[in-house]
Amino acid sequence: MDPFEMQDNSKNSNKPKYSKFTQQELPACKPLLTPAIVISAFLLVGIIFIPVGLASLSASQEIVELIDRYDTTCVPMADKVGYIQDSKTDKSCIRTLTVPKHMKSPIQIYYQIGDFYQNHRRYVKSRSDKQLRYKNAAHFTKDCEPEGYTADGVPIVPCGLIAWSLFNDTYTISVNKKAIGVNKKDIAWQSDKNKKFGSDVYPRNFQNGNLIGGAKLNESIPLSEQEDLIVWMRTAALPTFRKLYGRIETDIMANDQLTVVIQNNYNTYSFGGSKALVLSTTSWIGGKNNFIGVAYLIVGGLCLFLALVFVVLYMFKPRNLGDLSFLSWNRNTLDCPN
Amino acid sequence: MKRFVYINDESYQNDYCDNRISNTKYTLLNFLPKNLWEQFRRFMNQYFLLIACLQLWSLITPVNPASTWGPLIIIFAVSATKEAWDDYNRYISDKQANEKEVWIVKNGARKHIQAQDIRVGNIVWIRENEEVPCDLVLLGTSEPQGLCHVETAALDGETDLKTRVSPQPCVGLEFEQLHKIKGVIECPVPDKDIRRFDANIRLFPPFIDNDICPLTINNTLLQSCYLRNTEWACGVAVYTGNETKLGMSRGVPEPKLTSMDAMIDKLTGAIFLFQLTVVVVLGAAGNVWKDIEAHKLWYVKYDGNEPWYQILVIPLRFELLCSIMIPISIKVSLDFVKSLYAKFIDWDEDMYDLENDTPAHAANTAISEDLGQVEYILTDKTGTLTENKMIFRRCFIGGTFYGNECGDALRDVELLNAIANNSPHVIKFLTVMTLCNTVIPIKSPSGSILYKAQSQDEDALVNAAANLHMVLVSKNGNNAEIHFNRRVMRYEILDILEFTSDRKRMSVVILDCQSGKIFLLSKGADEAMLPYAYSGKQTKTFVDAVDKYAQLGLRTLCLGWRELESEEYTEWSRSFKEANSALSDREWKVAEVCQKLEHSLEILGVSAIEDRLQDGVPETIELLRQSGINFWMLTGDKQSTAVQIALLCNLISSEPKGQLLHINGRTQDEVARSLERVLLTMRITLSEPKELAFVVDGWALEIILTHYSEAFTELAVLSKTALCCRVTPSQKAQLVKLLKSCDYRTLAIGDGGNDVRMIQQADIGVGISGREGLQAARAADYSIGKFRFLKRLILIHGRYSYNRTAFLSQYSFYKSLLICFIQILFSFLSGIAGTSLFNSVSLMAYNVFYTSIPVLATVLDKDLSEKTVMKNPEILRYCQAGRLLNPSTFAGWSGRSLYHAIIIFFITIHAYANEKSEMEELSMVALSGSIWLQALVVTLEMNSFTFVQLLAIWGNFIAFYVINFFISSIPASGMYTIMFRLCRQPSYWITLVLISGVGMGPVLALKYFRYTYSPSAINILQRGERSRGPMYTLVNLESQLRSDKDNMMVSSSVTPVKNRSSVYEPLLSDSPLASRRSLAPSPFDIFQPAHSRTSQPRNIKDN
Repeated sequence: MDPFEMQDNSKNSNKPKYSKFTQQELPACKPLLTPAIVISAFLLVGIIFIPVGLASLSASQEIVELIDRYDTTCVPMADKVGYIQDSKTDKSCIRTLTVPKHMKSPIQIYYQIGDFYQNHRRYVKSRSDKQLRYKNAAHFTKDCEPEGYTADGVPIVPCGLIAWSLFNDTYTISVNKKAIGVNKKDIAWQSDKNKKFGSDVYPRNFQNGNLIGGAKLNESIPLSEQEDLIVWMRTAALPTFRKLYGRIETDIMANDQLTVVIQNNYNTYSFGGSKALVLSTTSWIGGKNNFIGVAYLIVGGLCLFLALVFVVLYMFKPRNLGDLSFLSWNRNTLDCPN
Repeated sequence: MKRFVYINDESYQNDYCDNRISNTKYTLLNFLPKNLWEQFRRFMNQYFLLIACLQLWSLITPVNPASTWGPLIIIFAVSATKEAWDDYNRYISDKQANEKEVWIVKNGARKHIQAQDIRVGNIVWIRENEEVPCDLVLLGTSEPQGLCHVETAALDGETDLKTRVSPQPCVGLEFEQLHKIKGVIECPVPDKDIRRFDANIRLFPPFIDNDICPLTINNTLLQSCYLRNTEWACGVAVYTGNETKLGMSRGVPEPKLTSMDAMIDKLTGAIFLFQLTVVVVLGAAGNVWKDIEAHKLWYVKYDGNEPWYQILVIPLRFELLCSIMIPISIKVSLDFVKSLYAKFIDWDEDMYDLENDTPAHAANTAISEDLGQVEYILTDKTGTLTENKMIFRRCFIGGTFYGNECGDALRDVELLNAIANNSPHVIKFLTVMTLCNTVIPIKSPSGSILYKAQSQDEDALVNAAANLHMVLVSKNGNNAEIHFNRRVMRYEILDILEFTSDRKRMSVVILDCQSGKIFLLSKGADEAMLPYAYSGKQTKTFVDAVDKYAQLGLRTLCLGWRELESEEYTEWSRSFKEANSALSDREWKVAEVCQKLEHSLEILGVSAIEDRLQDGVPETIELLRQSGINFWMLTGDKQSTAVQIALLCNLISSEPKGQLLHINGRTQDEVARSLERVLLTMRITLSEPKELAFVVDGWALEIILTHYSEAFTELAVLSKTALCCRVTPSQKAQLVKLLKSCDYRTLAIGDGGNDVRMIQQADIGVGISGREGLQAARAADYSIGKFRFLKRLILIHGRYSYNRTAFLSQYSFYKSLLICFIQILFSFLSGIAGTSLFNSVSLMAYNVFYTSIPVLATVLDKDLSEKTVMKNPEILRYCQAGRLLNPSTFAGWSGRSLYHAIIIFFITIHAYANEKSEMEELSMVALSGSIWLQALVVTLEMNSFTFVQLLAIWGNFIAFYVINFFISSIPASGMYTIMFRLCRQPSYWITLVLISGVGMGPVLALKYFRYTYSPSAINILQRGERSRGPMYTLVNLESQLRSDKDNMMVSSSVTPVKNRSSVYEPLLSDSPLASRRSLAPSPFDIFQPAHSRTSQPRNIKDN
């Protein structure tokens, strides 16, 4: 305590100033978990969830999706890894698919890779955003190890494991033997093209090492136009993921024959991953995904059920609200835990 | 060790420090290292520093090091700034004091210098109403007898004026002579005892011959005192700067830790262990997976030959991922809410004492939660339970009781007649009342006389005597003047044999100026007076009188006197002077000498002084005892008075409801037997509804504490009430320590200096800023104006604080565990390599911002209204038992966070699978899910919503989106455009609604089920509060509770021992309520909802 304060205490009153805040008397609402509130809350949730679930499910069901896993068939049974790593053999592979339902354009073409850990700690960090964006930032390769420099010590653009392992299977699609154009423009996010990848940054020294990862890049096209790379660099959070390959901008009728010529270049065999080609229409919910719809229906149903249970419980075992005779000390059974 | 002070001699001045006061803790240079060192002494801070340092290693850090360093630096900066600001304020106030201008004598002339330049040996001049700059030995004053008056409030809080005198050799020195005085003072090295100054002074010629004169505290002017009613005074500086008595008594008290903090620390430790387990298990799994699987992943390009430390990399990554399990925000949040709790106490209008203009004050801002967990209250009696306003009510003089009829001796005609008739006994009695004290009469300009007394008893006696026409008019030094029935009587006070708590009496030796006779006047406690009565004199009547008064709850003093032979006095006087100038053991030596004079007294009579109970004391004690708090009264008063007061204030009940067990005895054996007997009775009657209490006096207590502390501990646990009489301050502290050692949370409340030790020892010290000064209030953690505020302090502030902190701390762990569990789950999908799902910005903001703000609003949460709590004090038992924060509630919260983490993660990865599984998007969906759930959890767990809470919860919710939109619009950030993209997707909103529904549904259902079918007492009261109209709430709750109590009382008094179960049986069910309701439906029943009325017949049937 400060001895110098003592002087003027007596002059003015020390009474605390009144305000609702300081007296902890702010008007407050005190909702209670009354049966009415809780039961109607559950009812409401049930009533909202079920229609939403139905809508999501139907939207998901409307989507036509064609999945063709080709990694097992497009490779000889023996020595898959040796086959895929041999750069000299022609690895084209023809797949024929039948379209079950009418597919409205635009039809998205995805490649789906399974058991590929794009989210691995070592992998996901191995990139240099600066280098991708700015022309003079080629030397920013600190995070890119072990794919930062070539053997001669020249910085690689784009550096890092992600770019190095760029997916390099290609698909040529024809419908009913008639070649069909695959639009590979605008498959990457516009924002990435504009702000994340420089239009004046060109690939340099890429895939020049003795160990080739994935696709090579055309050194005359700036990074912002290398849309396959941009798509690939948006790493996936889950080990099984799809990435946009291109779009078909014409409708495909039901029972049409799709012939896909696949250049099966990408090595998923050494780690036992999978590869598939996916053609899918879209709706407001995105791609085909029954999970949300089913989950909504289940949760909505459970909520209605719980509401019902509470109503029944309430009818058969009512409780007198606020009956103080329930208080332990009024029953004299003091449960003092000491 | 001694110090020699040469008065006015500059050649010796540099031996000691100058008068610069410094209360600052730091200097500019040592601030940073010292402050950091202090902050890093806490385990939590060391932990955070370690984590932050690990994060600098980019190979292992999952996120940007800024996410830990940022908050860490902010937190440290905030603490450091606060410290620096406090220290700066101390520096400023020091500077002001140091630069104050003072007059000193230099080279024979008076000079103006700054206070900081005073050196030991300087003569300092002080004028009226000025502050004393350092410890001085008085040399001269403006008064002829060398007297002056000082106010020592800043030192000991006592507001009465104290007389200080110049040492004998200096009295009568001329003003000019004081400038040239030379001499030496031999004094002890500086200490902090403000009641003792055992020194000697020897003046050099030509002043007075080489005569050593003793000095006491009465010859000093201590730093920070004020000179009053005296034109000027001068003295020689003996202690300066930080070596003054005030400076030495400054100390940093040990910080107190609440039991809640201890629990939080324990839980933090448990989390830390859990974290280590996760690190070891996942680290090992990660290394194994790496060896078996990851080498096949060509795209990860693992090197064949790695450095040795690679084996540590994955475990350390997990350590960092999990580091936020111990939330860095909890320390800041807790500090914040704790200081608000303290502020609420300071601000509380209902704890403002109008009479003394004192608001309640929380000096210790860190322990409010403990208030809600108090189990034992140890209270002082005088001034704490009572008003400490002494009024002389009755007396017993020479075999006659006065004041018994009308209750006021001052209006007793018999006494007035006796005075008018000059009854010798009565006159002697009045003389002792008037003179045997240290009261200072001050004549006000209007002519009336005011008495300034250190002791309230003396004040009462002198005032009473004045009303009985024996008026102490003036006391000039040793000369006292008394007016009695228009006669003037003069006395010279020769010696004062001061009161000490050991002697329990005080005496003065006076010389009757008319007759030239010397008298010894004594007053004191009966046991300190009656044994020294004139041998052969029967003291039985006095013992009876004392007992009688004590039973009425009055304070008694025995008054006695003796005429001294002048030879006897002269001889004694010499030894008294010798003892008084002793440098070692002076107090003991003086007491021994006093003993030599105080014998063969003629006991004149007994005075009885009333000390009324403060307002609301019985109600407060009743309420707090209902809430399960045990009361011990520790008093220096005598047993019968204490028992009486205890009865008056509901502490104990009279037979047959209660029983008082006495522990007494003079010898060790007697005490042991008595203790055993009491213990036995206690054990037997424990199960009976009888209020047992034991009484023990200081003598027996001393024996018990030294020899039988184990048995006493058992007794302490069994007994809810105890009265300890005649206890010393150190015994009070010992009792607190004993209860604390049994793991009880103790609160000590007192008002005087003798309670300081107990207050400091207890878990919570409460001081009453009362009439005995502020000493107790200064030492205490909380100071209140009146005892009755204690109930509000404990039941309202303590309880709310406990509830709020319980929620806040567990919630803090919940939300950090939530995010950690998500990270751990994610690691199973990312090759157990320690990838962070969330980016650095989100992680940092989640912990310090998104989730901390809403929960801070919990400081305004009230589960029950204040009225309900006051009506149902039993509810405090929830806090005492720690029901709201313990390992099991904590396990519940951890379970909830695990459940929520699983829900968020599971739904997110399924809703955002395949083409949507972009890392940034998925992580923001999971983060949004966490934010939604935490907002809903806070909403569900909060009991009352003011606009502040709503703003904090939903404003924060909106702020989350605003901040993320902002970050999403920065091209350089990893999250560029992410949030805009998400918010445009219907599936984002659908996913979050799903997460909320699945996350909260079971929590709500469970809570509702518990709430309805196994409600806690809090729930019942909440519903009781709500189901009644505001008007009917009070009336009905009250009547119900009261009749409940009546029921209990009736059954307990009617069936005392016969059939123990019958006492309990009828109260077990809800029969008393039901039967009452069926007999006499209260008007309120109409207002009950229909369903409650339908339930009545059932209740009756149940019986």
